[in-house]
Amino acid sequence: MTRTESHPMEEREPQAVPDFKTDLLALVPFLRAFARSLTGNYEAADDLVQETMVKAWQSRDTFEMGTNLKAWLFTILRNQFYSDRRRAWRQAPWDQDAAERMPGTSQDQNWAADLSDTTRALKLLPDEQREALILVGAGGFSYMDAAEIVKCNVGTVKSRVARARKALLAILDKQDSLPTRERPAEGEAARDIMAQLDRLAPPQQAEGTAKRRTKGRVD
Amino acid sequence: MSKDEEGTGGKSRAVRARQRAIGRELRRMYDGVVNEPVPDEFLDLLRRIDEADAEKKKPS
Repeated sequence: MTRTESHPMEEREPQAVPDFKTDLLALVPFLRAFARSLTGNYEAADDLVQETMVKAWQSRDTFEMGTNLKAWLFTILRNQFYSDRRRAWRQAPWDQDAAERMPGTSQDQNWAADLSDTTRALKLLPDEQREALILVGAGGFSYMDAAEIVKCNVGTVKSRVARARKALLAILDKQDSLPTRERPAEGEAARDIMAQLDRLAPPQQAEGTAKRRTKGRVD
Repeated sequence: MSKDEEGTGGKSRAVRARQRAIGRELRRMYDGVVNEPVPDEFLDLLRRIDEADAEKKKPS
């Protein structure tokens, strides 16, 4: 604010700004972890974090000092993730191949190059459940902070986390079990999840399915 | 067999144990990324932001 003209910029310090930047940098590892869990993809995650940093920097004036910077940044990251993906969906005709190429559902690169059963099972969860579970179960956010990040009420977050845990367990149990005739059909967990998905995001989902059936792609 | 297990304390204890294991696994994955060294590109990005900022703030 009271910067003198002769003061060289290399000496840094245009007031308060370094703090924000330092804090931002310190939170990058957490942003990367959240982004990795959302995208399931190393590069897409880091791109998302970079977008988030730029966005955060541009709107730093709207951040209220003393409030939770981490939650604020996570909110920006999450918004960015969904808006990027909506754009991708609009641009590409919906089909399974494209869905698998999309950041959110990439099969090849997992977080931490970790191909554990849990990682794979996590990908089968609806977004709403996965993000809630990650925020609360892994990220250490309170239900209240998580609710703010995903823009819903605390009760909804709680039920999403509970359903995510249940679904994850069901998926893992199915993977662990040896295939025997007494076991329920393979697709049951997936059907549960699709049913939940339908409930959570009905219109586009139904449309997408219809389109997928009539796809006329030539590879 | 599996009918017997349903609804018994043994089953829910087993479920809770599995839930805890899953929770640990989730934290392990998340913390694994948190503990990765931050690639230089993030520092570069902040530096570019700095430069752009300095550029904007220049009087002329």
